[in-house]
Amino acid sequence: MSLSVQLLWLIPALPLLAAGIGALTPRRGRGLAAGAAIGAMGIAFLLSCGALTTALAHPAAHAAHNFAWFDLGLGALRLGWLLDPLTAFMCVMVTFVGLLIFIFSVGYMHEDANFTRFFCFLSLFAAAMLGLLVANSLLLLFICWELVGLASYLLIGFWFHKPAAAAAAKKAFITTRIGDLGLLLGMLWLYDSTGSLLFYDGGAGVLEPNALGSLVAQTTVGGLAVSTAIGLLIFCGAIGKSGQFPLHVWLPDAMEGPTPVSALIHAATMVAAGVFLIARVYPLMAVDQLLAAPPLHALTVVATIGAITALMGALIGVAQSDIKRILAFSTVSQLGYMMLALGVGSWVAAIFHLLTHAFFKALLFLGAGSVIHAAHHEQDIRQLGGLRGPMRTTFATFAIGTMALTGVPFLFSGFWSKEGILHAAHEWDVSHLPFYAGLAAVVLTAFYMTRLVAETFYGSARSDSASHAHENPSVMTLPLVILAVCAIALGFLGTPVWPWLQARLLGQEEVHGHSLLEGGGLMILSIFLVALGLGVGWAIYGRKLRVSAAAPDPLETALPPVFATLRAKFGFDELYAATVGRLNNAIAVVADLLDRYVWDGAIRFLAVLGEFVGVVSRETDGDALNGGFNATSESLRDGGKAYSRAQTGEAHGYLRVIAIGFVLLVLAVMLGGGR
Amino acid sequence: MNLDPLHLCLIFSSALFCIGLIGTLARSNTILVLLGIELMLNAANLNFIAFWRYGPSPVPATGVLFVLFSIAVAAAEAAVGLALVIAIYRHQKNVRLQEANHLKG
Repeated sequence: MSLSVQLLWLIPALPLLAAGIGALTPRRGRGLAAGAAIGAMGIAFLLSCGALTTALAHPAAHAAHNFAWFDLGLGALRLGWLLDPLTAFMCVMVTFVGLLIFIFSVGYMHEDANFTRFFCFLSLFAAAMLGLLVANSLLLLFICWELVGLASYLLIGFWFHKPAAAAAAKKAFITTRIGDLGLLLGMLWLYDSTGSLLFYDGGAGVLEPNALGSLVAQTTVGGLAVSTAIGLLIFCGAIGKSGQFPLHVWLPDAMEGPTPVSALIHAATMVAAGVFLIARVYPLMAVDQLLAAPPLHALTVVATIGAITALMGALIGVAQSDIKRILAFSTVSQLGYMMLALGVGSWVAAIFHLLTHAFFKALLFLGAGSVIHAAHHEQDIRQLGGLRGPMRTTFATFAIGTMALTGVPFLFSGFWSKEGILHAAHEWDVSHLPFYAGLAAVVLTAFYMTRLVAETFYGSARSDSASHAHENPSVMTLPLVILAVCAIALGFLGTPVWPWLQARLLGQEEVHGHSLLEGGGLMILSIFLVALGLGVGWAIYGRKLRVSAAAPDPLETALPPVFATLRAKFGFDELYAATVGRLNNAIAVVADLLDRYVWDGAIRFLAVLGEFVGVVSRETDGDALNGGFNATSESLRDGGKAYSRAQTGEAHGYLRVIAIGFVLLVLAVMLGGGR
Repeated sequence: MNLDPLHLCLIFSSALFCIGLIGTLARSNTILVLLGIELMLNAANLNFIAFWRYGPSPVPATGVLFVLFSIAVAAAEAAVGLALVIAIYRHQKNVRLQEANHLKG
């Protein structure tokens, strides 16, 4: 089975259809809405597999199908679909993970009154995300990018009656919009410079050598190449969407949404869209590497931001106590890893990590959702505990996800993908700081995940809701098991011995593996670091288990100021509230005053003026116009009366008048001289 | 006083006209009023004949033709007038012109 690029639009169209069905289904039509969503996703998954076989037949080709959207001036605005291994792998991942999460949602959202609406939004999201993946035009990608943001907003605020959820939805939407502004500017600049937004267009696309050559040859302010500047603007969009420093603040708050949403959108797919975007426009980002001595490489910025984010996310994750927020900061940190990999030049390592991360992070979030569902929506790990016994399947799969995330060697996918990134960072010749940040994040990741597992699953239940928890129905555990299998198996597609995935992504037909012993030192170092993190974590949280919900964290007693800082997430929210927020408030106050006094005054003045004109015209009407008409009609009536009085009906009278008139006429003729 | 035939004719037709006019204005019987009108018409016809006969260039038959037309029209008019008189009589059981002063009846 294969799917040609002309039919690629079917993949996003099917979930869109399901979203339409979900929107039109009445509330009691639960089965229809969920069935349509899951069915559409299943078919989209099969189509994606077909697209993957098509793409793998010619991995180096960027098969594109372009068409004119509408005429614009002398040219036409063109959109298109693109099929290459990157798109195909991402589509398969999104549809597969999405399918499992949809199935999980049937159980998780079972009691929700707005079940059909939820599936409508989920399908809308899937459609937008898949549209983003198959787009061959930066414009089409941007449209889907914004639709994805809209779906994210709707789903974070799904429980909009909770003020925190409504605020989080707004925060996510507005924060990502800041980045999107950069993306929009970059897009406009790109269109201005090249006259096209198509990625691949038979030599005329923006990612093809002609356009890249002209972009890198021009310079703009500060001696930057135009390609660097455009690349950085596009990267702004990725920063916002992928929760990178300094716009990461929305991602943890987005956990107010239902847990399947967190798993699908804020862990597996949407937040990875930023990484995908940079990988997609990688030729544009990397072309300035050819310059001899530019002031700045675009990728250097990407690597720096990625390294900062990876380290910062991991640090903050150490001190959180909400199970979903820990995972959210872990996501921030892992996305930082991917950006780091992109920045140091190994975009295939980034995509490999993106794919493995999507599976194990969706697994972890669904596991957390399973815990939350069982524990009656208790999310605080201090209140949980002892769930290992009653929730065996959840615990086993969560443990597999944890080991994949921390990078437990050899068996788990996270190990191989993270290893690829660390190798790439090690070989980067600009600086070794990102490499060290990555190593530190490895230790921290292992540490906070150990803490999470120990607090949640070990010890004894520390609240009523946790002690009454029991395993969920199989509609929820089955997706966990499938994802756990993938979290293990996926790693073997990209091991250094047989790097099949990387080769296909790079468009190579053959796979050139090498022995594990090459670069083995680095691998041993990272294994040692993982072991260190796990060991320290277990020593602190596993050996002496928490006894009560109110007991302080061991780290808190040991290092109070550090813990407080991390717990407050380095105070970014407060910082933004004090700077951007306050500035915004001040502007709002000024605008309010302007509104209230200046504009309102002007409008009031106009209103008074209008009233005055009205009064004047009413008076004029009453006296002048009406009076005039009255007088005219009165005189007409009088005249009519006078004339009607002459009409007596007496024939003699008329004849008499005629006769007198005749006599007078004759007299006038005679006196006038007879002529 | 030396009068040529034209003037004699004109004086005669004027007298005829005045008699008709007086008859029209002074009589209350509608039939007599109609008679007066016919007299005035005949005065006018007489003038046509006189001016044709004694005028500067008597073209054959023009005056007579005018008068013939005029008499024919007058005959039609008299028929209409007499029909009206009959209608008035049916309505008010007499033919007094002073009483026929309403359009509505």
